[in-house]
Amino acid sequence: MRKPGFSSLAALTLGSALTTAPLLASAADSDELKNEIEALKAQNKVIMERLEATAEMIESSDKGGHGHDAMAKNKRSTHHTGSGRTTVGGYGELHYTNLSGEGGASDKKEMDFHRAVLFVGHEFTDKIRFFMEWDLEHASEMELEQAFLEFDIGANTAVSTGVLLLPFGIINETHEPPTFYGVERNPIETYIIPSTWREGGAAVAGKFGKGWGYDVFLTSGMRLDAANGYLVRKGRQFGGEALANDLAGSGRIKWNGLAGLELSVSYLYQADGGQGLDPQLGKTSLISSHVSYATGGFQLRAVYASWNIDGDGPASTGADQQTGWYIEPSYKFNPKVGIFARYNTWDNQAGSSSGSAADTEKTQYNLGANYWPIPDVVLKLDLQQQDNANGENRNGFLMGVGYQF
Amino acid sequence: MLAQARGVYQSPEDFLQEVFAHRPPPAKVIWLTGEKKQKATEILGHKPDYLRVRYWADENRSAWILEEIGKTEPITVGLVIVEGKIKRLRVLAFRESRGDEVRHDFFTRQFDDVGLKENNRLDRHIDGITGATLSVRALTKLARLALYLDSLRQPQTAAPS
Repeated sequence: MRKPGFSSLAALTLGSALTTAPLLASAADSDELKNEIEALKAQNKVIMERLEATAEMIESSDKGGHGHDAMAKNKRSTHHTGSGRTTVGGYGELHYTNLSGEGGASDKKEMDFHRAVLFVGHEFTDKIRFFMEWDLEHASEMELEQAFLEFDIGANTAVSTGVLLLPFGIINETHEPPTFYGVERNPIETYIIPSTWREGGAAVAGKFGKGWGYDVFLTSGMRLDAANGYLVRKGRQFGGEALANDLAGSGRIKWNGLAGLELSVSYLYQADGGQGLDPQLGKTSLISSHVSYATGGFQLRAVYASWNIDGDGPASTGADQQTGWYIEPSYKFNPKVGIFARYNTWDNQAGSSSGSAADTEKTQYNLGANYWPIPDVVLKLDLQQQDNANGENRNGFLMGVGYQF
Repeated sequence: MLAQARGVYQSPEDFLQEVFAHRPPPAKVIWLTGEKKQKATEILGHKPDYLRVRYWADENRSAWILEEIGKTEPITVGLVIVEGKIKRLRVLAFRESRGDEVRHDFFTRQFDDVGLKENNRLDRHIDGITGATLSVRALTKLARLALYLDSLRQPQTAAPS
């Protein structure tokens, strides 16, 4: 057998080199790729961690400590430290009124930025908070609509003190324009329940059972007087340098234990509605009740309120009884469009002793529509027709725009 | 025993333990980017002030813990969704002074088996509560948001085969 020569060995070696070199190179490349992948994985992990941390920081700083992560937020709120949180909001409404007078009533054609309200809330702790509303009325008159501290004293009980909204009717407490029909607030919750009705004092509010709630108020009370015909709307004191010779006690019990339904009864008692300044004025009381029911697009609201004011003074003008009620069915076709009708009747001189009660009763019909381009903005149009006992009526239409934020 | 009017009724951790029989799966995240952010903005009526939403899911259901401000305070809500329908909506924490009636069963069970229509609105009307308009609206928004986000994860759960 012939031994392989040099040339044969060389050829074999070269052949082997040519065939194994790519394999060796491929193995080397594969290791390198693996290393690169591992490095990229590690790098990606770091980037993701940093991204999470950045998102967490942005979300936390955006909400003053209340980030989107409900679980994290929940933990934060139970370890509340620092100076608390402040929130800002507001609402307002512009009205255009075009009413023609008849029977001796004057025309009313007016453009009025009726109210522009700003509110600030501040939560000192989970159990102590402050709330304040400034109301610029008719683009000129600044009023303090609310300003109170609220303390949670139990799981279901809170105490408030300051200038408070009294617990009567629907509109007095919930009156942001997108929440009700009609350009102007209804006359019953204007002339009988004199919204926005607020007084200085203190209140206890609580909840019990399924949907039951109560409120008890002790406030500065009314200051009715003969010069203003003992009209209750003129008797509000608003919590500013209010006479407190005779405080008023009031309370409410309400139930909304069924979706869409609220039933409520309220009562106020004041031993002397004139704060002791009018010997012809005695004890004063108000009872009111309302129902609100909504199902599907349909809603029905009805409010009744009646004052009893003792004394020869109010009796002489019939103002010893001031009473009224309304009923308002409405239908919302979709989230943007709704229509309503309202029957209102009221009398600020309904006392029988006046001998002229039939002449002072007022009746008003309203028919209109709301359009909400977004839930917090509303455009309103309604027609008004009056049928007052004295024949002095204002009829026509009103347009309005309102907002809340 | 009375449920308190304001406060934390159930912690998110306890809610998840209950939903997943004490074995909650690891959290997953949906980042609100591009169209997802736009849709979330339409649903909430404002830009979401968060970049991602965490959720928990097994093969049968997904659970979401979301927040939305009623009037001034965030309301924390837990939701469970099965096949595009809400199976449970529970108010976990309520911090507002008014409107806490939304925490009651008589209100929240209106959301049972509610799904989304094409325009990301609920396929059933939710009756409101007088004096709790903003709280009702907040819960309705969160129900829509959870259903929308759940619809985004459907292809992921259907993918393995």
